[in-house]
Amino acid sequence: MSDSETQLLTTPLDSLHRELGAKMVPFAGYSMPVQYPAGVLTEHLHTRAAAGLFDVSHMGQVVIEGDDPAAALEALVPGDVVGLGEGRTRYSVFTDVGGGILDDLMISRLGPNKLFLVVNAACKHADFKHMQDWLAGCSVRMLDDRALLALQGPKAAEAFAAVAPASVGQGFMTIREYDVAGISCLVTRSGYTGEDGFEISVPADRAEELARVLLALEGVKPIGLGARDSLRLEAGLCLYGSDIDRTTSPVEGGIQWIIGKRRREQGGFPGAAVILAQLAEGPRRKRVGVQPDGRAPARAHTEITDLDGNVIGEITSGGFGPSVNGPVAMGYVPAAFAAPGTAVRLMVRGKALDARVVTLPFTPHRYFKG
Amino acid sequence: MSIYFTKDHEWINVEGNVGTVGITDYAQHALGDVVFVEVPEAGRGLTKGGDAAVVESVKAASEVYSPVSGTVVEGNAALAEQPAMVNEDPEGAAWFFKVELSNPAELDELMDRAAYDAFVAGLE
Repeated sequence: MSDSETQLLTTPLDSLHRELGAKMVPFAGYSMPVQYPAGVLTEHLHTRAAAGLFDVSHMGQVVIEGDDPAAALEALVPGDVVGLGEGRTRYSVFTDVGGGILDDLMISRLGPNKLFLVVNAACKHADFKHMQDWLAGCSVRMLDDRALLALQGPKAAEAFAAVAPASVGQGFMTIREYDVAGISCLVTRSGYTGEDGFEISVPADRAEELARVLLALEGVKPIGLGARDSLRLEAGLCLYGSDIDRTTSPVEGGIQWIIGKRRREQGGFPGAAVILAQLAEGPRRKRVGVQPDGRAPARAHTEITDLDGNVIGEITSGGFGPSVNGPVAMGYVPAAFAAPGTAVRLMVRGKALDARVVTLPFTPHRYFKG
Repeated sequence: MSIYFTKDHEWINVEGNVGTVGITDYAQHALGDVVFVEVPEAGRGLTKGGDAAVVESVKAASEVYSPVSGTVVEGNAALAEQPAMVNEDPEGAAWFFKVELSNPAELDELMDRAAYDAFVAGLE
């Protein structure tokens, strides 16, 4: 066993994953299930048809408390946090002074003096230090004693209602605290698959008990990180470190919608000069969907060329989309090539394959609209 | 007719001077659901251990290496249409290509079934 293997962290569901026959792989310092015996393809299709349970306990859960934590956090993110109502959840990013993205995150308001954040596993320690350094007067706590489960899919709500009656009618992108099978949980109606569903923050010592309850529900099966990645790719959602990072701005990344009207007018977030100029003038390059014409998948770092063979960009996420039943990808191209329908080529194993720029997502979002 | 195996988990079934090549059941299981296959065209020259075909699962792309040197006689066109055959019948219908051997002595460097099974057992 190598050193890196012995040093891997585990989630509270580790023994359950092994019991379920998961193939465990190192991910962001954790031993995580990449797939169960059903396999990535079956798990992906099952989530789109019924409901899947994902262990995302490696992600960072953070509580910020203070006199006005929303106003304080606005110094680090370009989103409108002050205007976020109690019980509401919003997607945002931490930006740096150059307008690049340090991480993407979900921000929920639990009360006038309390915010709840979920950040990426690989960034959580840097994010935590970043917030401790800059959110003067606020208390920033990493909730290491909580696990995070995601229940996703068109049958998630119906299944979940049986053990969480309070979830019925909960709005998309809202957060509530209620009992799930007798366990007090913090639940947002959100996810990373493009489907309806919930993300459930649960005390670590009750996580396995909760996971077993959820897996016993009609239509719910365990889903690994492999299908999580293909699901989010089809849904056109960014993976931090691949599709967005410090070299890409929110405008280039196509997530400029996270910057509210007031923030566009007032600025006051890291990189505002760069980001507001890009909003006004248009970015030099943009993240777009790329659909290969043939069957061959184009993976991350595949070169994108124009029809004359000039390299114009790179695929940042790509693979096979089980629901699309064909290859899907996204990447960056110059603004002049960003219009849907634009013909490009992808250099796969030395061959130039025909492809088109397409509108994201590849599979329509089916979020709860009740 | 004799079947041989490589450490890269290809098999080659030799009849006369022509070998039929595919990937083993162990390989398909390790790859997971196969979603794309690219096989070589007839006439292409192959070298032992060199790139010959491509097999991709949802997550990753892998090269299939030629167990021997020679010239491709035929690629299995059916695999392009139905890549999942690789998971269903890896050591039968889902053969990748047929190659005319240019140096049959290369077969001596490959494993027989018993040696390959022992090799795989050592990996687990």
